[in-house]
Amino acid sequence: MTATDPVAPAPRRRTTGAGMPRWAVWAWGAAGIVALVLLWELYKLLGPADGVVIGSERDGLRILPRTHDRAMPHVWTMVARLFEATSGANTPPLWLTVAGGVLTTLGIAAAGWVIGVAVGMLLALVMQRWRIAEWGLLPWIVVSQTVPLIAFAPLVSRIGNQIDRNLFPWPGWISVAVIASYLAFFPVAIGALRGLNAPDAIHQDLMRSYAAGYRQSLFKLRLPAAVPYLLPALRLAAANAVVGAVVAEVSIGMRGGLGRMLLQLAQSASADPALPWAPIFGAVLLGLIAAGSVALLGASLKTYRRGEAQV
Amino acid sequence: MTASTERLLRIVAPVVAGLLLLLAWLGLSLIPTGRARLVPGPVEVLSAFFANLGIIAEDALVTGGNALVGLVAGTVVGVLLAGVAAWLRPVDAMVAPVVAAIAVVPIVALTPILNTMFGASSQFGREIVAGIASFVPVFVNVLRGLRQARPVQRDLFTAYAASGSQQFRKLTFPTALPYLVTGVRIASSLAVISALVAEYFGGPADGLGTAIAGYSKSGNAALAWAYVGASIVLGLIFFLVTVLLERLTTRRNSS
Amino acid sequence: MTASESTAVRATGVERVFGTAKRSVQALTDVHLEVAAGEFVSLIGPSGCGKSTLMRLIADLDQPTGGTLEVFGKSPRQARLDQDYGIAFQQSGLLPWRTVLANIALPLELHGVPSAERSKRAAELAEMVGLGDFGGRYPDELSGGMQQRVAIARSLATQPKLLLMDEPFGALDEMTRERMQTELIRIAKETAAAVVFVTHSIPEAVYLSDRVVVMSPRPGRITQVLEVPFGRDRGETLREAPEFFERVTAVREALHGTPVERANER
Repeated sequence: MTATDPVAPAPRRRTTGAGMPRWAVWAWGAAGIVALVLLWELYKLLGPADGVVIGSERDGLRILPRTHDRAMPHVWTMVARLFEATSGANTPPLWLTVAGGVLTTLGIAAAGWVIGVAVGMLLALVMQRWRIAEWGLLPWIVVSQTVPLIAFAPLVSRIGNQIDRNLFPWPGWISVAVIASYLAFFPVAIGALRGLNAPDAIHQDLMRSYAAGYRQSLFKLRLPAAVPYLLPALRLAAANAVVGAVVAEVSIGMRGGLGRMLLQLAQSASADPALPWAPIFGAVLLGLIAAGSVALLGASLKTYRRGEAQV
Repeated sequence: MTASTERLLRIVAPVVAGLLLLLAWLGLSLIPTGRARLVPGPVEVLSAFFANLGIIAEDALVTGGNALVGLVAGTVVGVLLAGVAAWLRPVDAMVAPVVAAIAVVPIVALTPILNTMFGASSQFGREIVAGIASFVPVFVNVLRGLRQARPVQRDLFTAYAASGSQQFRKLTFPTALPYLVTGVRIASSLAVISALVAEYFGGPADGLGTAIAGYSKSGNAALAWAYVGASIVLGLIFFLVTVLLERLTTRRNSS
Repeated sequence: MTASESTAVRATGVERVFGTAKRSVQALTDVHLEVAAGEFVSLIGPSGCGKSTLMRLIADLDQPTGGTLEVFGKSPRQARLDQDYGIAFQQSGLLPWRTVLANIALPLELHGVPSAERSKRAAELAEMVGLGDFGGRYPDELSGGMQQRVAIARSLATQPKLLLMDEPFGALDEMTRERMQTELIRIAKETAAAVVFVTHSIPEAVYLSDRVVVMSPRPGRITQVLEVPFGRDRGETLREAPEFFERVTAVREALHGTPVERANER
């Protein structure tokens, strides 16, 4: 008995509108960045020397910056500055200091992400299992994101200190990670809930016909089906964890991370105009690393994304 | 369960959950921890709120104003750029990766340098941050919306020998409108939070964020949390207005 | 073999009402039906006649609001827990992240069958439906007909003595459909399973079944049961035989004609 039906054609890859090959996407992206750089330099070259101010020079609203090098350093100056010493003679080169900050904040953001993903998944599992939990919790979960992160910093910090004093050691960075997880758990809770509820009636009937219990259904149907919804949520959670870590560092006053560096280096902007841009590049790198890591995770889960065509 | 039980529970459940949260808050505020308590109780926060309604409202207007300016600017730029990107492939190819990068990068990191560029007494830096944060979801959603008209519908318009502008007005735009509104809804919450968090990174000494930070540091926890309450209210206002907008437009455009 | 065990399905006065007391829908009323072991029975009728509902009641995917229903002498729930039946729907319901063999083995996996035995059985079943070479493929690499064959193989995994099929060939083109019908007859004969087959297609019902149960809506009920005495050895030539057309006409008339007051079947 041989199969006589023709095999279906390979599924259409989700095209980027133009259906471009991978290298072309990167090339165009690089072109986009070059365009931004060009925009900056062209403004410096052609823009009004004192920028544009609505109203008087002193009290008006400045909507375009001054073009001279102190306010807007050249892009190549920013890059060159990275290789000079951080703050005079014997300090390490700037890029090294920034790299240290990036790694510190990356570690905290990663910890915050893990906590956020765990909490988010737990909430989603509870809400999917019992609809009454969904009705009760979901509105509050949505409202929770309107509470600014900085409100929790002192609270978490104080609780952390209490634990450290009375229960077991609790280093400061863990408090930062907990605060960062507050931003990370939300997209995971929402995305995981949608994903766990995604299987259609046919699949649910099938599981029921096999007399499969909740646990079996969860591991063999709902969790695999949730992967295409989870991955964008995890990526968003990673980006949020980065923001959360940066903000939390500033509000707790933690040293060594990118948050403090951003504030500190900006204070020397008048003497050293290119200096504050270094941690900004670091922050961009941080975000890209975080998103890239999740993308790698997504690549390893490719089999579970085969259902994406139907999503 | 019956339909009426379900409707009842849908309302009761969150109320009960809210009451439990309130109790937890009360409990937390009563834990004895030496000098400073962990968190002020609900009663204190409420009284601090109403006692300082004037200054709270002023600061809320500052933050809300920044968020609104950012939201509007981000929406306008997002719509325009999405329109160009949907029209010209090269623009789309260049912009898409950059936008994807912006979406994962902490935009508030720009605040200190923006305050330097535009002056530490200017709200503009905060407005730019809110603007960039708003731009991303609007751009992504509008671009998707502009591409949603299905080939079969486009074929129909071609068969009727419709002009380009007719097709835009009668097909592309109405199809994209719900996506635009969804993008604005997402952007509104982001604009408020970004405007608020940006205040943490310098700039003028006004706004809800600066107040929260300031009063927390100086030990006036009840007032700090009263400001937090104001932030929640501000966020909810933005959210509800845009949800209302979404309901109105999608009802007219249900297809 | 006792009398109840030789009856795959026994429905007595089965009723299923949906909705509230004020607005109710009589999906099924006073259904009497017996399906003997190894018998192939089709349920046919227009939309709303309750054929899919009846099948779901047998599968314990829904419960009757009146009457009694027995599957191999047990309650449908017990039959489901004992995995006495296999089921296939109009959509293949394959899990997209599993290979063909993994999809076929799913029911066995859920019931703790050891891995080696599972692989062996899955390979056998894939061979049986003619997909022996496609074991490692994923559903999105298969055509509709092949996906349905995987679904049928899966429904046979636990070696059930009853197959429940709800328009499994409904989404396929006519040529593939006819091929699949021939396959199904062969499989049913080889496994000696009883089959309850829901369909919209009159020729399909006649070609496959020993008996065709004609149903009618509002309220959903059985209006007539027709015998199709062609035996179990049916070939493609049957499709062009005069007796085939005669039975098809008989079913068509039963569907379109004035429905007889509640046809009871004992």
